Amino acid sequence: MMSHLIVLPVVLPLVAGALLLYSRQGATRVKRLVGVGATALLVLVGIALVARAAGGEVTYYALGDWQPPFGIVLVLDRLSALMVLLTAVLALGAVVFACAGDDERGSNFHGLFQWQLVGINGAFLTGDLFNLFVFFEVLLLASYALLLHGGGKARIMASVHYVVLNLAGSSLFLIAVGILYGATGTLNMADMAVRLGELPAEREGLVVAGALMLLVVFGLKAAILPLYFWLPRAYASAPAPVAALFAIMTKVGIYAILRVYSLVFGEAAGPLADLEQGWVWWLSLATLAIAGVGTLAARDLRLLVAYLVLVSVGTLLAGIGMGSPAAVSALLYYLIHTTLITGGLFLLAELIGVQRGKAGTRLVKGRPLRQGGRLAMLFLVGAVAVAGLPPLSGALGKALLLAAAEEGQRPWLWPVLLLTGLAAMVALSRAGSTLFWRSQGEPSGRPLSPHQWFGVTWLLGAAPLLVVLAGPLADYTDATADQLARPAAVIQALIPEEGDAP
Amino acid sequence: MESLYAITTGVLTACGLYLTLRARTFPVVVGLTLLSYAVNLFLFSMGGLTTDGATLIDGPGQYADPLPQALVLTAIVIGFAMTAFVVILAMRARSEAGNDHVDGRKHEDGEERR
Repeated sequence: MMSHLIVLPVVLPLVAGALLLYSRQGATRVKRLVGVGATALLVLVGIALVARAAGGEVTYYALGDWQPPFGIVLVLDRLSALMVLLTAVLALGAVVFACAGDDERGSNFHGLFQWQLVGINGAFLTGDLFNLFVFFEVLLLASYALLLHGGGKARIMASVHYVVLNLAGSSLFLIAVGILYGATGTLNMADMAVRLGELPAEREGLVVAGALMLLVVFGLKAAILPLYFWLPRAYASAPAPVAALFAIMTKVGIYAILRVYSLVFGEAAGPLADLEQGWVWWLSLATLAIAGVGTLAARDLRLLVAYLVLVSVGTLLAGIGMGSPAAVSALLYYLIHTTLITGGLFLLAELIGVQRGKAGTRLVKGRPLRQGGRLAMLFLVGAVAVAGLPPLSGALGKALLLAAAEEGQRPWLWPVLLLTGLAAMVALSRAGSTLFWRSQGEPSGRPLSPHQWFGVTWLLGAAPLLVVLAGPLADYTDATADQLARPAAVIQALIPEEGDAP
Repeated sequence: MESLYAITTGVLTACGLYLTLRARTFPVVVGLTLLSYAVNLFLFSMGGLTTDGATLIDGPGQYADPLPQALVLTAIVIGFAMTAFVVILAMRARSEAGNDHVDGRKHEDGEERR
């Protein structure tokens, strides 16, 4: 059983999803039970994986016992274990929230939700470039259907853009993978890193083209500056639990950038090492600036949260652009924080919208909220955390990131990051005062179900919890960054007889 | 053969890109389909073009690289499913928005208004 642990985050939701598709509608109680049960199990699996990876040993699971570099492998190291656990925690909040009734607005919510998890977990675990493409497609297909869940014009129009863009992105991904395969003759990431070290000089241009095309694809998923235009509309129109789960989707892109460029184009790649850094660094700063303007311009709470997701993307990419292990460690801490908090804020926005009746989440004068006090408290926690004010986790993450900036990077990063934080703060305080104080008439809406309260509290509760656990977490992220900085260990674990593959 | 192959892939890609950038959903879908054909051809060529080789490794003789074939097969299946999905989505968008513009705009601005 223990040896199959690595494949469980993929197999468990896959089986659960298949079971859940057995009946399209009806049997709500059973479906909810299976969906929540499978996700809760996934959290346990995630914890077990983190416990296993924490020691620093890189283990892999060879599917069908085809040994690397020939077969497909799932690789477990500190980073992938952390991401799987984070996904599971986020998904648990979202799926419990959905049980309050969102899942019955369309068909097959729970099944698709589980399959989305298959794709996300697979993308985090795989050690093979083409397999990464396949898992991207799995998560995208599920996300297309989930984005449309419940129907409505806004969702369909946002979906058209999202689907077309991602299909074009998939084509580009395939071209990039094809180029890299043609140039190196392998798809296994560790093996590719080895082959790049002994690359003939005339193929260098080919590899650079492939690598930068991959950056475009991952940038599209992560929503970096010129490729982010699909995000605000899609996230703002998605059903709340889906939007919350989507909070991890941009992080899949960020993870892919981090993984591919640290492992494949790491120190072993010679002249090709770190070829993405300049691009990522400048584009991330531009993303941050634009996202800050976006938060100020948003006239709808959900749109505002979508732009906050964009702010977090810019912040995380800036961490990648800096490239030092300290920056990577800081960005991983910030990643945990921002995923859970923005996910929680999407759920919270839905609750506020439900209780405000016709005004919904638009930032206009509306009816007072029936349970305004509790919602306002949660909003305060979320806003303080996401804007990066002490004493909650956002401040800590930002401080770590600011401290990690080196001499030459500070004049660029500090003003941009701090001003974006200020913009977020202004936008959130304006939104909060409009939503909770500028109201007239009788309170509307019905009391919220315990499922919804649980979902929001579970995710927003991360903010104080991450501060309390900051010590052990920082130790773990430090170790993770250290592991990422030394790709040789991963290569050694996967391909012991390095270099003399037949 | 290489140049013919390259020209075919290039023309397909160019047509696909041009159509993908149109403002109506139908040309966009056709463009995406062409693009995926081009990508499949491209992937196929990445193992090197071999004529009269064995499909699988057959002793020390000449053989075609089997991996791109497997990759193309996967890509075709995924691309096919995606195309089916995007067609349905485009039809839904057409019925919801009342027109087939990708932004759902009723009135065209610029030269497309007739």
